[in-house]
Order: sequence, then structure tokens, then C-alpha cells
Amino acid sequence: MKKLLIRNGRMIDPATQHDGVSDVLLEGSSIAAIGQNLAADDVEVFDASGMVVAPGFLDIHAHFREPGLEHAETIETGSRAAAAGGFSRVCCMPNTDPVNDSATVTGYILEQARRAAIVKVHPIGAITQGSAGEELAPLGTLREAGVVAISDDGRPVMNARVMRRAMELARSFGLTVVQHCEDLNLSAGGDMHEGIESVRRGLRGIPSCAEDVMVARDLLLTELTGARYHVAHLSTRNSAEMVAFAKARGLPVSCEVTPHHITFADEHSIPYDSNFKMKPPLRGAGDIDALIEAVANGTVDAIATDHAPHTGYQKMQEFERCPFGITGLETALAVALDRLVHSGRISLMRLVELFTTGPARVFGLDCGRLAVGGAADVTIFDPDLDWTYDVNQSMSKSRNSPFHNRRFRGGPVATIVDGVVVWKQ
Amino acid sequence: MPAGLLGIEDLSREEIEAILTRAKDFQPEQRHTFKKMDTLKGKMVVLLFFEASTRTRTSFEIAAKRLGADSVSITAAGSSISKGESLVDTLNTLAAMRPNAIVMRHASSGAPHFLARHLDIPIINAGDGAHEHPTQALLDARTILDRKETLEGLRVAIIGDIDHSRVARSNIHLLSRFGVDIVLCGPPPLAPPELAKIAPGVTIEYDMRKAIRDADVIMMLRVQLERQHETNFPRAEYFSFYGLELNHLELAKPEVFVMHPGPINRGREISSEVADSQRSMILNQVENGVAVRMAVLERILSA
Repeated sequence: MKKLLIRNGRMIDPATQHDGVSDVLLEGSSIAAIGQNLAADDVEVFDASGMVVAPGFLDIHAHFREPGLEHAETIETGSRAAAAGGFSRVCCMPNTDPVNDSATVTGYILEQARRAAIVKVHPIGAITQGSAGEELAPLGTLREAGVVAISDDGRPVMNARVMRRAMELARSFGLTVVQHCEDLNLSAGGDMHEGIESVRRGLRGIPSCAEDVMVARDLLLTELTGARYHVAHLSTRNSAEMVAFAKARGLPVSCEVTPHHITFADEHSIPYDSNFKMKPPLRGAGDIDALIEAVANGTVDAIATDHAPHTGYQKMQEFERCPFGITGLETALAVALDRLVHSGRISLMRLVELFTTGPARVFGLDCGRLAVGGAADVTIFDPDLDWTYDVNQSMSKSRNSPFHNRRFRGGPVATIVDGVVVWKQ
Repeated sequence: MPAGLLGIEDLSREEIEAILTRAKDFQPEQRHTFKKMDTLKGKMVVLLFFEASTRTRTSFEIAAKRLGADSVSITAAGSSISKGESLVDTLNTLAAMRPNAIVMRHASSGAPHFLARHLDIPIINAGDGAHEHPTQALLDARTILDRKETLEGLRVAIIGDIDHSRVARSNIHLLSRFGVDIVLCGPPPLAPPELAKIAPGVTIEYDMRKAIRDADVIMMLRVQLERQHETNFPRAEYFSFYGLELNHLELAKPEVFVMHPGPINRGREISSEVADSQRSMILNQVENGVAVRMAVLERILSA
């Protein structure tokens, strides 16, 4: 059996709160041993001196565009971008073409992942048929087919009654309900955050309350139904405070933030540059402070990328016509280190938690820790690596990143999935 | 990046003054004959209008011709844009023919700014969505300065659909550079409070009579139904609250005058009595359009 010894790294494992220099021995697809000065015969050695050795990172919010939108990304290219970002596992949103609202599509995604992906891929199923917000998708069948959560991401469930029924069923099937919170009547036609910048640029705005109104509604429905409820890409101060309030009341609620929402405010975006156009939009500077505070105080459970590839020709249009979304898998760790750790707001332990046990808990996945006998999924990163992101070297099929040419301190070094180094810096 | 003219917000007070001063030389009353000049002889200007326009396109065309430039006018309806060509491809195609400048109007805010980042040709913004219409603000300032010594200290009321108006935004930036007291007025959904923060010296007033009080200039704006995706106000009562009538003028300074970028909608935002009165400068504005656009074209093309 193939053996890999990761030597001399600073092992950080939030599951056990372990933070110290340790060797990790991988044998086949499992972790064989963890300890000081491990030795083995016939072993390949990875010298991790000066680096952090962490459980394989999990991104619970990405778009791999397959089936149907392979011009922008495929499960293969998306998985390569994930590996290059230090992720060993990714959950894919169902807004493909067709939408993942059936066991057939779920099966197709899992089969493509087995065939072509270099990291582990979990499909997320749709809440409603075609994500049209009307008829519920066959949630139990989707669960059996292998979806790990349900969401109509990008097309929020506007009908409160439909949402209630979905949550009731999701609870009985043990599925987390993930909502892209946006009241479509309030956001209609908007292209960026509503504020001074949208008014200055003559663009229609998406007000913060478009998100807040739906978060508030859904938290009340969570109380009513008892379902596990997760706010995707939370972007506003009010929503962060409401989630904290709901958690304090003991509701089964969680939320994620994206790297870009804790980095750029609306006023930092280059005017009419579609690499700064996504949903939710880049909010105000006060929202950034609130999100970082929510990460620091434990309200936020996970950092998720919302990796949303679009081809160059889709993004090279009038700003109002460009689709929403940016790529993010390859820059997530570096951005998080920069904004959260190097700025002194959180510890490395908390950072690793936000990429591992945090998101794993959200969907109830059995992953995200380093344990003897457990899966040999490992992320190795250097918190001080000096590097510059060049989007033209991206593993993704698409190039829509606002982080192009950004110099970072800290980044991924190697990604190991089932004992195999699938990417190395 | 070649210097075009994308917006007033990018211009300094000195640059604005230079254009306004030069425009004076081109005004009809300064020149008794419209002899064609040869300042821009051999230069090619492409006028690319993705949105309907009468005043702006015609006056750019006349301005170019008077300066001796050749101009080609393209409208969306008769071009490959209507065959589904993307904006970038259209512009690349035109750029390959090496015009010296492209004058462009587009329904999307920022469309000329986006293109300016990708093309090596000066772009003159003839109106982008709800964002800017720089030559309109310049000709409005020229029109005011034909009657006032200076812009400094004037009180200008801008009334109507401010939120969807590129004319309003360009005027706000221009007038603000010169210390004008700017009062914006319209129904709240069309005059969001953030507008007061895009430049110094701007206030918002929802009562039209208060907005007009002591004004030196009243600028009326059309309600841009084509840019509104839902009902932002009860249309039936619009004129009662935001329509300009003769009796309003008594609230303003005695020598107040009324401007409107056109096209006007009689009885919707302005009464016929006001539009046709001695107080109306609407046709003077149109006249100044040519002079100001000559100054802009000369500045950009003879550089």
C-alpha cells in the first residue's frame, strides 16, 4: 500500500483542538498514524516544515456548471480549481441545466465526479422542481440518490408556504435547507448594492433589506418547523445579527460568508467591471466590519466560496447585462488568511475550523478532521507564502476573478485526497 | 489610454472652464456665417447611437462637420447590433476602421467606460443609461453663463425624475465644482437621499414650492418611463405635485429662467405656458449644443 509521511508540519485539527508539530502518516486512503518522529519503510516523505497541516478543506458552496453549462466549468476543471485552492471536498449547487432536481441528475453528477474529479464532490439538490419555487422536488429520493443538502441557490424560494413545506420535509429526511436570501421584488433589476455608489454610477441597487427580509422570514419558519436552516453567502449587518439572535434562541441555524464579502466594499469595486458583480452584491464598509465580527464571535459557521464561473464573453458585456458571479476556489484561503488571521481577528485554529469542521457540521458530513483510521484528506498550507494570483493560470475554465494580480501572504501548498497528492504548489 | 470624455465627474474645474470659454467662440451670435472650418480636416468621427436621439446626435454631427471632420452615423436599428452582435465586437469592428473618435450613446450605465478600458480610441459619452451626459451639462452651463456672470453662488433647482437622469448627474457634478447651491426635487422614489451625497452642495427637497423658492435657474426633467421597471409613483397626480406652471415662477428670483434637456412632455412635467414663455431657455440650450460639442471635439481631436 502506498505510504506518505507528512513530516514536521504544524498540525492543526479543530476537532481535537490539537495545534502542534506532528507527523502524519497516510497509508492508502486512510490516516495510519499521527505523532512525533514517525518512521516507516518504503515511504514517500513530504517535508511540511514551516507549514500548517490541516484536515482537507471543504467548500459547501460552489458551482461546477455540469451538466449543461460546460462552456464555463466542468466537474473536472472545477475540481482542479478546488484542489489548487486547498479543498479536498466540494458541494455543488444544483443550478445546472437541467437543474439537479432528480435522482437522474444527481446520479450523473456523482458519476462524472467519480470519472473526472480529483477531489470529492457532493451534489446539493434543488428544493423545488426546476428551482422554479412552486412544486417541491422529490426530496427523499434526492437524499437517497446522494445529495447532502437542498437549495434553490440563485433562485430563492419566494413563496413562504412552499418554503415551510420544504423545511418540514427536509427535517424528516435529515437535510439542511440552504437559502440564497434575496427578496426578488425588492432586488428586482438591481446590479449592485443600493447606496451612494449605485446612485453615483446610475445603476439600479439591491438594497440590504432584500436579504434581511428573507433571513427574518426564514428564521421564523425555522422556529416553526425545526428544520436545519443555513444562510448562504450572508452579506449584511442585520442578517448577521438576526442569525446570532436565532442561535442564541437555540434554533438549528447556521450561516456562511464568502471571502469577497469580507474584502471588498461597494465603493472599492472598479466601476462597471463585471468581476465585481455578484449576488449578493458587495455591500457597504460597515457590513464588512459586521461580517468579520460575526466570524470572530462565532456566529459564522463556514467560509464558502460561491465559486461561480462565467466565460469571458458572458462577462465582457455592458455591466447591466453581465451575469452575476465570480470564481473563488483558488483564492479563498489566501483571502481569509489576509482578512482574518494576519489582521489579528481570529486564530489559525478558528480559520481551519471555518474550512473544515464548521462547514462539515452545517451539512452533517463526516469529514474535516485528522483521525487515525479516518480518510487521508489533508490540506497543507503556508500562512506566510508570498505569492501573486494570476487568473490566467487558473485551473478553472473561467477567468472572472476580482483578485487577479493580487499579492497575498499565505496560501495553499498541497492538497491530498484519499492519500494522493492531487495538487502541489 | 486616449483621453475622451466619459463624464463630468472626471473633469477638473479648469478643464470645464476651458471648454465653456472655447464654446463661446463657436456660438452663432459670434459668427455670422457658418463657414466650414478645417480644424479637424481629415479626421473621422463615428457617431454610434444605441438609443434614440434627435438633439444630441444631430448636434454632434453638425459640430463635427463645421470643424471640417468627416462623420459617420450608426444607429442600433440599422446595424449588426440588431443582429445580435455584442457591444465589444461591434466596437472592435469599428475600431479596426481607425476612426479618430467614437461618440457613443448607450442605454446601459457605464457602457462607454467599459469600452474605454478595452479600446485604444477616444470615446465621447453622449449619454450612458442613468449615469452621465457630459455635453448636456456643459451646454447647460454655457446657457446659464450666457445670462449670468458666474455660476458661483447661484441656486439651481433640478426637478423631476432625478434617479433615472444622466442629465441630472452630470449637472450635479458640474454645478457642484463651481459652488452652486443645488436643490433636487422629485417624488422620493425618483429622488433617493443618496443623491445628496454624490457631490458637495446638494440638498433634496420633496416639496416643489420650497425647492423653487429663490432659485436662479429651474431645470426640469422628463419622467423617464422607459427606464422604470415598475410604478414608482402614482402617475395621475405627478403634474399636480411636480409639474412646473407659471405661478411657480413667482416663488423664484425675479429673473429666474427655466431649462429642460428635452424632449419635453407638455402637461406632464411642464405646462405649455412655461415651455413657450420668455423664461424658457429650451431652444437656447439646443443652440448651445452645437457650440459646446465643437469645443469638445476640437479639444479631443486636435490634441
